[in-house]
Amino acid sequence: MLPLTAIYTIIISVGLIFGCIWASNNFNFLPVVASSNAPIYDELFKVLFVIGTILFIGMTALVIYSLIKFRKKPGQEGDGPPIEENLPLEILWTAVPAVVVLFVGLYSYDIYNRMGGMQLHSHNNDIHHTMSSQERIWGGIGEASTQVKDDSQVFPVVNVELSAMQFAFLFNYPKGNIISGELHVPVGHPVRMTMESTDVIHAFWVPEFRLKQDVIPGQPTILNFTPTKTGRYPIICAELCGPYHGGMRSTVVVEEQAEYDDWFQKNSKLSEVEA
Amino acid sequence: MSISLPPKTESQPEKLQPTGWLRYLSFSLDHKVIGLQYLICGFVFYLIGGVLAGAIRIELTSPMSDFMARDVYNQVLTLHGTIMIFLWIVPVVNGAFGNYLIPFYVGARDMAFPRLNAVAFWLIPPAGLMLISSYFINGAAQSGWTAYPPLSITTPAPGQIVWIISVLLLGGSSIFGGINFIATILKLRRPGLKLMQLPMYCWAMLGTSILVVLSTPVLAGTLILLSFDIVAHTGFFNPTLGGNVIVYQHLFWFYSHPAVYIMVLPAFGLVSEILPVHSRKPLFGYVTMVYSIMAIVVLGLVVWAHHMFTSGTPPWMRLFFTIATSFIAVPTGIKFFNWVATLWGGRISINSAILFSCGFIVNFILGGITGVALAQVPFDVHVHDTYFVVAHFHYIVYGGSVFVIFSSIYHWYPKFTGKMLNENWGKLHFLMTFIGFNLCFAPQHWLGLNGMPRRVAEYDPQFTFVNQLSSMGALLMAISTLPFLWNVVYSFLKGEESGDNPWEGLTAEWLTTSPPPIENWIGDAPLVVEPYGYGKKEKPQIPSETAMKEDKK
Ligand code: HEM
Ligand SMILES: [Cu+2]
Ligand SMILES: [Cu+2]
Repeated sequence: MLPLTAIYTIIISVGLIFGCIWASNNFNFLPVVASSNAPIYDELFKVLFVIGTILFIGMTALVIYSLIKFRKKPGQEGDGPPIEENLPLEILWTAVPAVVVLFVGLYSYDIYNRMGGMQLHSHNNDIHHTMSSQERIWGGIGEASTQVKDDSQVFPVVNVELSAMQFAFLFNYPKGNIISGELHVPVGHPVRMTMESTDVIHAFWVPEFRLKQDVIPGQPTILNFTPTKTGRYPIICAELCGPYHGGMRSTVVVEEQAEYDDWFQKNSKLSEVEA
Repeated sequence: MSISLPPKTESQPEKLQPTGWLRYLSFSLDHKVIGLQYLICGFVFYLIGGVLAGAIRIELTSPMSDFMARDVYNQVLTLHGTIMIFLWIVPVVNGAFGNYLIPFYVGARDMAFPRLNAVAFWLIPPAGLMLISSYFINGAAQSGWTAYPPLSITTPAPGQIVWIISVLLLGGSSIFGGINFIATILKLRRPGLKLMQLPMYCWAMLGTSILVVLSTPVLAGTLILLSFDIVAHTGFFNPTLGGNVIVYQHLFWFYSHPAVYIMVLPAFGLVSEILPVHSRKPLFGYVTMVYSIMAIVVLGLVVWAHHMFTSGTPPWMRLFFTIATSFIAVPTGIKFFNWVATLWGGRISINSAILFSCGFIVNFILGGITGVALAQVPFDVHVHDTYFVVAHFHYIVYGGSVFVIFSSIYHWYPKFTGKMLNENWGKLHFLMTFIGFNLCFAPQHWLGLNGMPRRVAEYDPQFTFVNQLSSMGALLMAISTLPFLWNVVYSFLKGEESGDNPWEGLTAEWLTTSPPPIENWIGDAPLVVEPYGYGKKEKPQIPSETAMKEDKK
């Protein structure tokens, strides 16, 4: 038979684990899901939330329990037992965190891969980035290719060039020779955005897409994403860029193909363009 | 199991230094005076930094930028960060407690280089005053404590240059201190005292000082190049002149990630001293504690790019730094398990010192968990540079380091002054700080996840309520300083006498008078070979002659 404390420990641990899983499924800590990598992100968030909460509550409970259980009672004299070490215990609490951390690392690698982070930024044939003479383009998250492959219909890539400055984002659509302060994208289409700043470092962040990429002067960066839900979402500058940094915001409009074509046609300066 | 208490002799060593309170304003060479100079000076800067934090939180109670001008807001947040890091936490957890305690722990009468020590301290007040006065003269720096170019090159130059000079002076002070600690710990140990018998704080300070000496010069060099870019229009980091802004970030974080350990490793050491005394048990797992400190030092040097996951870093680099950063959690975790094991089964006196230490454990665990999450690239690309990060590092630097500083003040105040602090005021202080702190920073996790970037004076109105909640917490934190200040002043004047060793501690600073005499001991230094011998059958005492024989070996 197990001693009573062991039974209690098991019951409490199991309760804690299920409680955390339940909480992660029933509370929403994140904004709307609006891009193909947002659901993958939320999956990672849930796993980290469950592991983190179990650890946090477990350790906090141990500290509080010790303070109550082992507090010096009135009239108690002398010291506690001179226990200095316990090798098996120490091996255990080195090995368990190491395994957990290894799991988290591998799992997040997998997530990163599914988001397309490990893909090389090969030059698509229909891309001519004219923003800079520099050939090397670093950075950003790569294409979320799984999304595109599963669909029977193959969506063409929308190319956008972002130019950021104090304190605005300008989106250039080379195909239609459009320059816009708002980003318009058709839902379901992969978007490939090359970005460069004309002055200081800015960052392009759309919380609903779970994506952020710095926009750097002298160093083009790239960001690929596929919006999946129509709506208007904020574009936020996340890198301190001067006094009006807090006001440096714009909007991304994710719309149906027809609406997007409409917008594109209206704004295009090249009349013969086909969207 | 041996401490030698040498016979007390009547004769005081000759006084070469000024005495009385005036020596706290003098170029004193006494490590205890210098330690308290660091502590008091740091606390003054803490209050100033706190006022700035108050200004930030007032601005953020409304979504508009309506409390101060936008450029002033950026100056305030730059000053707040710089003051809290370089003038409060780093000087206090290293300089203040390091200077006061390390000579005792190694059985020396002072630090290895007393003059260098005094110089290191006296660099701080002028650097701090200069930094703050720049606000009133030409306007302070506006580019955040990270001073990323090109922003730091294009914002008004005078403020940025003053900022660079102050940080260089403070970095210099830190390097002098680091060299001094390394020399003292390795070379000034009392004969017969072995490395593995040192109290844990010595190991923490040895590790920290190695980080200081290796990484601070990199910051200094970087800032000098940055100042060339500003003053002489060179192009190291200026993209319009062919410079590279990302190189600055690498160099900056090569210092500034280790800097976060410079702020927290000494705090780990202090907690390792405080917990055993008040729970009346030996520090659990001494040897693993030592190795985990050294593992943190080594790993801490190779994780800096986790601050740059959105800076266009290539995939392989993102991967390497994710793995390296995640693994820091292992040695850090070991330390936390060891502390809980130290509490376990003890006879814990529930006093202000232990409450603040346990508050530290709880807060830091949350900060460490969010840290490991932030280390995961796919997680970080969403929350980087948001309030989630602000919450993370305040759980670490405030919930961690500042809680430990308070714990240490409650623990060593009797040694500093010979008076006890009032426990009721102390517990009130703890309660208010703990609640205020969590109210202020816990909601910020949610803000970051849901779309509030950091370093902004205006924000989406949907975040108003949560920001007000956070500001209420900040208000409570501000008020919580009052019982503390009252306690410190009142107890100094009218507090209960503490006697030499009120906690019955076994480490060397308790084996002398409170406050200690000028050269620490009247007569010879005791030999403390078991600083954590609580609960051992015989009270560890080595007769003086035996200790002398140890000396001759
Ligand atoms: C378990 C250990 C830790 C891990 C894994 C960790 C991880 C991280 C990561 C990945 C970031 C970058 C977040 C971002 O900007 O997107 C970060 C930021 C930060 N961390 Fe930690 N951290 C840990 C412990 C600490 C400690 C011990 C301190 C300080 C004593 C600290 C202080 C900071 C600070 C100040 C920042 C923000 C710097 C800035 O951008 O201004 N962290 N941490
Ligand atoms: Cu900005
Ligand atoms: Cu770091």
